[in-house]
Amino acid sequence: MAELPALTPQYIFAVTALVLLLVDIVAPESRKNSLLAGIAATGSLLVAGVSAWFLAAGSGQYSFTQFGDALVVDGMSLFFTLVFGVVTTLVVVGSYDYVRDEPYLAEYYALVTLAATGMSLMASSNSLGVAFVSLELASLPSYVLVAYLKKNKGSVEAGLKYFLIGALSSAILVYGISLVYATTGALIFSEVASQVAGTPLVGVLGIGVLMVAGGVAFKTASVPFHFWAPEAYEGAPAPISAFISSASKAAGFALAFRIFVVAFPLDALSSIGVDWAMLFAVLAVVTMTVGNFAAATQENVKRMLAYSSVGHAGYVLIGLAALSGDADNLVLGASMMHLLVYGFMNTGAFLFIALAEHWGVGRTFEDYNGLAKQAPVACLAMTVFMFSLAGLPIGAGFLSKYFLFAGAVSAGFWWLAAVAAVNSALSLFYYSRVVKAVWFEDPSGDFTIDHTPTGLYAAVVAAAVATVLLLFAFDPVATTAVDAAAALLT
Amino acid sequence: MMIEAVLAATLLGALVVLAAPDKYAAKLAFALSLLPVAGGLWMFAQFDASGNALFSSGSLAFETTVDWITLAQYQLSFHVGLDGVSMPLFLLSTVLTSLAIVSAWTPIQERQSQFYALMLFMEFSLLGVFAALDFFLWFVFWEFVLVPMYFLIGIWGGPRRKYAAIKFFVYTNIASLVMFIGFMILVFSTGVTSLDLPAITQAVRAGEVSAFYGLSPETIKLVAFVAMFIGFGVKVPIVPFHTWLPDAHVEAPTPASVMLAGVLLKMGTYALFRFNFTMLPDVAASLAPILGIVAVVSVIYGAMLALAQQDLKRIVAYSSVSSMGYVILGLTAYNMYGLSGASFQMVAHGLISGLMFMCVGVIYNTAHTRMVGDLSGIADKMPVTSAVFVAAAFGYMGLPLMAGFAGEVFIFLGGMQATFAGAQLLTALAMFGIVIVAGYLLFAMQRVLFGPFRADTEYDIVPAAFHDVAPLVVLILLVIVLGTVPNLFMGMLQDAVHPMLPEAGGAAHSVASYFGGGL
Repeated sequence: MAELPALTPQYIFAVTALVLLLVDIVAPESRKNSLLAGIAATGSLLVAGVSAWFLAAGSGQYSFTQFGDALVVDGMSLFFTLVFGVVTTLVVVGSYDYVRDEPYLAEYYALVTLAATGMSLMASSNSLGVAFVSLELASLPSYVLVAYLKKNKGSVEAGLKYFLIGALSSAILVYGISLVYATTGALIFSEVASQVAGTPLVGVLGIGVLMVAGGVAFKTASVPFHFWAPEAYEGAPAPISAFISSASKAAGFALAFRIFVVAFPLDALSSIGVDWAMLFAVLAVVTMTVGNFAAATQENVKRMLAYSSVGHAGYVLIGLAALSGDADNLVLGASMMHLLVYGFMNTGAFLFIALAEHWGVGRTFEDYNGLAKQAPVACLAMTVFMFSLAGLPIGAGFLSKYFLFAGAVSAGFWWLAAVAAVNSALSLFYYSRVVKAVWFEDPSGDFTIDHTPTGLYAAVVAAAVATVLLLFAFDPVATTAVDAAAALLT
Repeated sequence: MMIEAVLAATLLGALVVLAAPDKYAAKLAFALSLLPVAGGLWMFAQFDASGNALFSSGSLAFETTVDWITLAQYQLSFHVGLDGVSMPLFLLSTVLTSLAIVSAWTPIQERQSQFYALMLFMEFSLLGVFAALDFFLWFVFWEFVLVPMYFLIGIWGGPRRKYAAIKFFVYTNIASLVMFIGFMILVFSTGVTSLDLPAITQAVRAGEVSAFYGLSPETIKLVAFVAMFIGFGVKVPIVPFHTWLPDAHVEAPTPASVMLAGVLLKMGTYALFRFNFTMLPDVAASLAPILGIVAVVSVIYGAMLALAQQDLKRIVAYSSVSSMGYVILGLTAYNMYGLSGASFQMVAHGLISGLMFMCVGVIYNTAHTRMVGDLSGIADKMPVTSAVFVAAAFGYMGLPLMAGFAGEVFIFLGGMQATFAGAQLLTALAMFGIVIVAGYLLFAMQRVLFGPFRADTEYDIVPAAFHDVAPLVVLILLVIVLGTVPNLFMGMLQDAVHPMLPEAGGAAHSVASYFGGGL
């Protein structure tokens, strides 16, 4: 049997995107949606499968570099391609019903898979140049996808805002990269790392690192570049909100983990006064607090989820902030676990919103009143997502959060864990509002749900089942993540 | 294997009921709930554990350990097993759930399959709480319990159900967080690499608590004890954390009230027994006078509050606060009588308070009012219900040959024997609580059940249906059986309590023979 190339997941995503465009030309109009969605779902499921297989076969203890060290495939990149594969599958299956009556179907699915290609390259990038290009490959399709409902004012406005802030932060990132290149003369991460300690231009390097951190903050929707998130998530088609808030955020973190751990080693940088761990600690606290407090005041469910997504970015940032402590593998691994679990529960939650939008239910909490009387299964799934996001042990969100906080405590950052725990307790307030609305309240309007869209239902239920099952089968996820983190840190 | 089989059967039952049409859900749920009852009874018959689950000396019944997550220094496992304290509570949960399901047949007419599925899911979680011996597993079940109760109150509750459900949820969740943090501080300071409760208990009792983040071992133990006491105290509930309870009870549908009073409150006292008093007896001893005062305040204040109520359900709800105070007093006494009496009282109160709520529920089903002032002399119209209600009330007051007596007499004996400052005075004050109990229960019954007939309600007062009174009769029989033959549970309870005591001597024997010889 011929050996598969190490970058197989990325290739599959890219080929799927091209096949989608090809099929668009020949496919009959009547069956186009199911055909395209089927291809996209198969491709992304294949990515998830191959990534899982590679992880299992290699036990995370290997690393292949490709294209002159510009790309690397290791435990962490595969872990993240697994996340992207899973999220993309759920999003595509959910989109099948959501975009059924829209024009430009092939473009929609192709852009989703192209963005996924970019994200999986971000997770593998080993050079600042590739990092920037792959980040753009992930971002540009996302801008278009947010504005996909082009007759809908909200969607177009959201796309424009997302694009403007995205363009600004891309500029910041690329300028940061140029400053880093100016001081170190290298783009490959490991070469950058070997040059940083001896540089005389500490100030320039420091500004470069800060700007790179800014670029990452945009992609992960962290403070101070989070303003686009609520706008974009609210205006975008709900499956795309799911895609951006889960996969794109994970990609941003994948890139951040690799750049900051490999290219800007903390020991070398903090000895010359560039202590980025402190920066991320502050960002983590501010991001989770801002996200949670803003989410608590929302009346619009989608917007609440958008801010909650900002809050979760804050939790994950603990992974970078606590790297100056002494439980690095655990805390970085826990961040990765949380992103995987988050991939299921957050995607599922946004797909539930997609379901509600598909039915024509409104957007506020009141509009959701009494929904469980008509759609108990979907509401049960949503309940699982909400409680799991809040950190109740109804889903695996509890475990990943626990390991994240426990990792922070063992790394010596008990105050970070304390802030996170208080935030997490607070988050139950606004998550349970959704639960209260759908189950306890009486319906305010008299709409009836006349049909159950198969694709959306399948995606929502699958995400809920996975969220619950991960609670019991968390060991492989946890072990893989911690091994991958350990491999990255050595 | 038995524990897993019972857990799996219950969970599967919940799923089957959820999928069943509303028409069959009620009967199906009852039939399926008999499976765990049968399993529980079989386990009770086969029960062969000795000693306490958290100590290395004894052996557990139906123990299973399966690795769950192994990660760096964390080892979590699926570790379940029963000892003499958890077995009676395990059995209580199965029996009470079945009876509560029957008591739901009349009042619950909407969304039935969801209701009964939640009841079974709650039973599953409760059984897990009493069987789990790994902290993480235990915590997962512990939090599981909240969710069905939240929905039961919030969907099928009374007029203020949303407020009551949220209040219940918020109170108990914040309590869980406080407790979780307290326990984690303790675990991190011991350096135990797993979250296995026996391993942690043995390490803590062996004094392997080291300084952590600049806190001395003594401070850590104190902080952990206080955090856990507050966390579990909300669940019990102890004064001043009791304010969620009357709201939750009054708004909850009858079957949910039965479960809440009968088993959910026992989770709190069970956890206090397992965590605070088994793991940190020295802190408990040094805080004993304060804990004793807290217990007595709960007893007296709870009873006073009950005295002031007009709503029958509120009376029973506040009386639970009072009765749980006795359990705390027994635990605080920390001797053979006190600890075994407290454990016994958990089961006894579970049966009796469940029964009281059912009686109130049956009256409410007919009269659609629970106000003492609205009803008078209904004993003629509802003879069986009234008879059981009177009997249950006497059980509450601690009439001999009823389950409540056996628990309370041991608690008072323990309290009198206890060595902490003021123990005798506090016990005497607590005994005074019984008088108040007699006062409010007799007063309420005299007005509602006896006297000239009068009902300020638009509904006819008619005898309750057979399936409404059947669980009442079963429960009162159980209360009498347990009061007559307390050794059914007392032997295994004392066996489990025995290793906790410093002076391992002949005390166990003498208590066991107290009833063994006499009856």
